[in-house]
Amino acid sequence: MKTKLSAENLNISFATKQVLKNVSVEFEENKITALIGPSGCGKSTLLRSFNRMHDLVPYAKIQGSLKLEDMDIYSKNVPVTEIRKRIGMVFQKANPFPKSIYDNIAYGLKINNLPHDKSVIEKALTEAFLWDEVKDDLKMPAHRLSGGQQQRLCIARAVALRPEVILMDEPCSALDPVSTIKIEELILHLKEKYTIAIVTHNMQQAQRIADHTYFMYLGEVKESGPTQDIFENPKHEMTKNYINGVFG
Amino acid sequence: MKYKVRIGLDVTFKYIFKATGLLVLCLLGGILAMLIYNSISFFMDVKPLDFITGMEWNPTAKNPAYGMLPLILSTTIVTFGAMLIAIPLGIGTAAFISEYAGTRLKNILKPAIEMLAAVPSVVIGFLGIVVLSPGIADMAGLPNGLNALNGAILLAVMALPTIITIAEDAIHAVPKTYKEASYGVGATKWQTLRKVIIPAAAPGIISAVMLGVGRAIGETMTVLMATGNAALIPTGFFDSVKTMTATIAIEMGEVPYQTTHYYGLYALATVLFFMTLIANIVGEYFINRLRKYHAA
Repeated sequence: MKTKLSAENLNISFATKQVLKNVSVEFEENKITALIGPSGCGKSTLLRSFNRMHDLVPYAKIQGSLKLEDMDIYSKNVPVTEIRKRIGMVFQKANPFPKSIYDNIAYGLKINNLPHDKSVIEKALTEAFLWDEVKDDLKMPAHRLSGGQQQRLCIARAVALRPEVILMDEPCSALDPVSTIKIEELILHLKEKYTIAIVTHNMQQAQRIADHTYFMYLGEVKESGPTQDIFENPKHEMTKNYINGVFG
Repeated sequence: MKYKVRIGLDVTFKYIFKATGLLVLCLLGGILAMLIYNSISFFMDVKPLDFITGMEWNPTAKNPAYGMLPLILSTTIVTFGAMLIAIPLGIGTAAFISEYAGTRLKNILKPAIEMLAAVPSVVIGFLGIVVLSPGIADMAGLPNGLNALNGAILLAVMALPTIITIAEDAIHAVPKTYKEASYGVGATKWQTLRKVIIPAAAPGIISAVMLGVGRAIGETMTVLMATGNAALIPTGFFDSVKTMTATIAIEMGEVPYQTTHYYGLYALATVLFFMTLIANIVGEYFINRLRKYHAA
């Protein structure tokens, strides 16, 4: 299996607080990899380091090597906008722009000088399982959609740029079970084309969709492996306790 | 007993607040009624159309002329000029403070801008006469620099703190998630600012501009001191102008009571009132149109 995205000996600190300690992870191409662990363990921080979201935080310090295939993500020669185009992101809370549904997708295409005619928009929305629901209301403000639809719109927005990797930061945590199922189906469908890294607090979700799972605790990777192994034969006591809900 | 006292206080304060709220309405209604009542006396002597479209304002001549067009145009050109300067400068400064400036610079800039608002208008007018006027006169080769340009620059300075403060609040209030979403699809800082943050903050920015316009239209002392007060139709920014506010301020002190001229100044004030009202309504319209795209 080909490794698409990787981090090696990654240390991240905000001001004086060290959030990630010597983390090494690998995300395989066309697989779904889940990051699980209790709140504050650094899952989101790890995820956000891949598309350089920490660039916005002036006191963030990042050491280690992060790679998209062979390309150094933090290399000075690579424009951050290029990285973010190739590594898309879906956030915890659906965050469509205060624009129409159509413009929400077109925005990313326009700023990257990609074609943004209706067929491209339609393709992205179809891929995100949203087209049938919105095809007659493309001019409608995006915030009038339901929470689940908004999140699928955000996925469509990411997919429209044809990224190689999609990072998902607890994409279903604010959604009801029915919307969650829809998004999970969508994610399973998307892995045929994209490499997906997903942070989740939902243990069942990780089991339902992830091929690989990393368990993190206090800024370190404690255990990793195929999802089934992690959940059925956890090697560490701590992993076992976490997935059984002893702490969380 | 104690319970009764508490309920009593509750009811009492409800009525007190209701009264203060209604008082504002009464004041507004009273002012409007007074303006219109006195204007009607004026329009018994002068036809409204002659008043609005008359090309000459000369109420003290042998054959008094009550054409307010020169005054309307004076106010318009000065306000327009002021906004031409203040809007880009104000929004630019607001964007800089909110998005680009470091914490230290921000902590210096914000109070400094608020202090600019505290400078009395008469001081600004004084600077207009002493500093700006000779400068403009030198540059343009005029005998003096008391003209529309001078007034516009000063009004821009006076409107800036209002525009900057309110626009900065609006830009700052744009949810961080919008920014993340924009950066997330590969946008640069400038693209994010121009296409996401400023549109998202647009209702607030328009409010800021409308308040700035209101400040500029209504400002009296500064324009009175700096614009030369010649009641002629302005043909450009280097012409001396006499705004509506300055006209009222200058002439109200000397006008004989209850003459056509006296009522004429009320009519002028009424038109001014409706100009600011229309500016506000237009602003409100655009704000509501833009809000459509925002979550509640």
